[in-house]
Amino acid sequence: MTDALVEARGVTRVLPGPVPVTLVRDIDLEIRAGEFIAVSGPSGSGKSSLLYLLGLLDEPSRGEIRLEGRPTAGLSRRERARLRLTRFGFVFQFHFLLPEFSVLDNVLIPMRKLGRRSDREMHRRGEEIVAELGLGDCLRKTPDRLSGGERQRAAIARALANDPLLVLADEPTGNLDTANARLVFGIFARLAAGGGRAVVTVTHDLGLAATASRRVNLIDGRLVPP
Amino acid sequence: MMLVLDIAFGHLRKRKRQTVVSVLGVALGVGFFIAIAAMMQGFQQYFVKKIIDVSPHIVMKDEYRSAPQQPVERLYGDGAVSLAGVKPRNEPRGIKDGQATTAELARLPGVAAAPSLQGQIFLRYGSRDVSATLIGIEPERERRVTNIEGDLIAGRLDDLYTVANGIILGEGLADKVGARRGDTLSVVSPAGVALKMKVVGVLRSGITTVDNFIAYALLKKAQVLQDRPNVVNQIRLHLADVETAQDLARRIEARFGYRTEAWQETNQNVLGIFVIQNGIMYSTTGAILVVAAFGIFNIISTVVLEKTRDIAILKSIGLEERDIQAVFLLEGLLIGVLGAMLGWGAGFGLTELLGTVRFEIEGFVKSQGFYLSYSPTHYLIAAGVAVAAATFAAYLPARKAARLDPIAILRGAA
Repeated sequence: MTDALVEARGVTRVLPGPVPVTLVRDIDLEIRAGEFIAVSGPSGSGKSSLLYLLGLLDEPSRGEIRLEGRPTAGLSRRERARLRLTRFGFVFQFHFLLPEFSVLDNVLIPMRKLGRRSDREMHRRGEEIVAELGLGDCLRKTPDRLSGGERQRAAIARALANDPLLVLADEPTGNLDTANARLVFGIFARLAAGGGRAVVTVTHDLGLAATASRRVNLIDGRLVPP
Repeated sequence: MMLVLDIAFGHLRKRKRQTVVSVLGVALGVGFFIAIAAMMQGFQQYFVKKIIDVSPHIVMKDEYRSAPQQPVERLYGDGAVSLAGVKPRNEPRGIKDGQATTAELARLPGVAAAPSLQGQIFLRYGSRDVSATLIGIEPERERRVTNIEGDLIAGRLDDLYTVANGIILGEGLADKVGARRGDTLSVVSPAGVALKMKVVGVLRSGITTVDNFIAYALLKKAQVLQDRPNVVNQIRLHLADVETAQDLARRIEARFGYRTEAWQETNQNVLGIFVIQNGIMYSTTGAILVVAAFGIFNIISTVVLEKTRDIAILKSIGLEERDIQAVFLLEGLLIGVLGAMLGWGAGFGLTELLGTVRFEIEGFVKSQGFYLSYSPTHYLIAAGVAVAAATFAAYLPARKAARLDPIAILRGAA
């Protein structure tokens, strides 16, 4: 028994087909609270696939993923969706904000789905998160009226809506300029340092990766020392 | 508001033009259904009301539903020898003891009965010869059985008593023969009897077959004209409850043996046409709604295609398949509900517009415009079908959206 938030043990993911494709193989990884982990590696090395496995979007072909010490194998799609809602926050290279919704409404989506707070409480918490990420003036704006950096920060705000244990970010700075990329990594570092949660982010930028508390490197689907 | 409803609203708001077209498609179907249903059912109700008002509810005729058995067949029906060429007994036409039978039927609860003699005649006025059906009646009893008195546009029913050889003509018949109230015309029967009769009234029932072909005279005069003294060949019944007509007609026929028709059987040809008409109406308006449903299928399929990345992110956030399906089903439902509500207004407006149209037409009935029925049932049926069609149209794309694999989409988007 470990105190890891998420633990991957011998995880391999093979895409079945006429020519099976191995996305990641024999991954052993522990993610603890307070860690800010940067995953780097060449294109096609399995970085995103690893993130999807850790975030319970995908299931390993072999090995196991444990969440807070509990195995996740055999969970139904509904149970996995529930865990994603309550334990994980996702940020992608593209912001994927709903274009019809304002920044605040986008941030409220996970909270409304979870339904644990009153309307008033949800709005108060949503406004708080948005303000913490420096978007206090953009609450009512729709994504098309935001800059690239603002959109990505709004996406991070949405990922934080349900106070996740683990924030998983897949090349979140891929579409940002250097200043905004540093800003986003600064936010991640603060989030991880803040206490009970961890951040795992995929990045190609070794300079940014160096700002993380831990670096892991993937080559051909295998973890190698950085 | 529910999250999925909010997302559905957002999608529809974003595609305003397509949403408006889809809503209008549904509204068109609903509106046409309501207007056509109002027109057709209005006419059908008017016709049935007229039939019930003008005609007797049950008619006993001096006929048998199947040929009566001959005495030899009754005696030796199960015999081993077959008899061929049996000459049927020649029974005189008419209802036996017509007046007594009428009195017996009139004693039934909620029933009024009147005897009559119906036969063909020729009306001759000036150089015009017109064939017609003369119904000999007893006005005192007849007014309890039909609405003949209310339909008179000239003269009174009692004038048949006060004027010697009085005759009442249907309006169309009077026009055809060219006679007016007070004119005297020659009436000739197939029996060869001729009478000079004075037109004492003109009748407008609104039913073409009555107004163009029927004349009324006193029963006694009709019997003289047809050379059938004391004969009654029809007993006409009026019921307090018209819905019991078929059942009562069956019982009367079983009791007396004569063919006895309820108003539904007498008018079964027309009522049958109404069934076909209704079928055509439902098919036509159904087709409009099917076309509208294809439009909805199209728009929601397009939205699903456009929103695949949104679907992926919503699933990664933790929304379940049923949430995603609900979003797109709700979009169909919203289009259906909005279309139905708009269609209600359109249907009411169209019906009002039809009410202002004026024209002269003679079909089953004489009409100067559409007869319209404002039934809440039409509105409920139209809305129900529209909402169901819209939701069903949304079901397939909604199911497809729910089954989308978020990883495949995210990999494609990366």
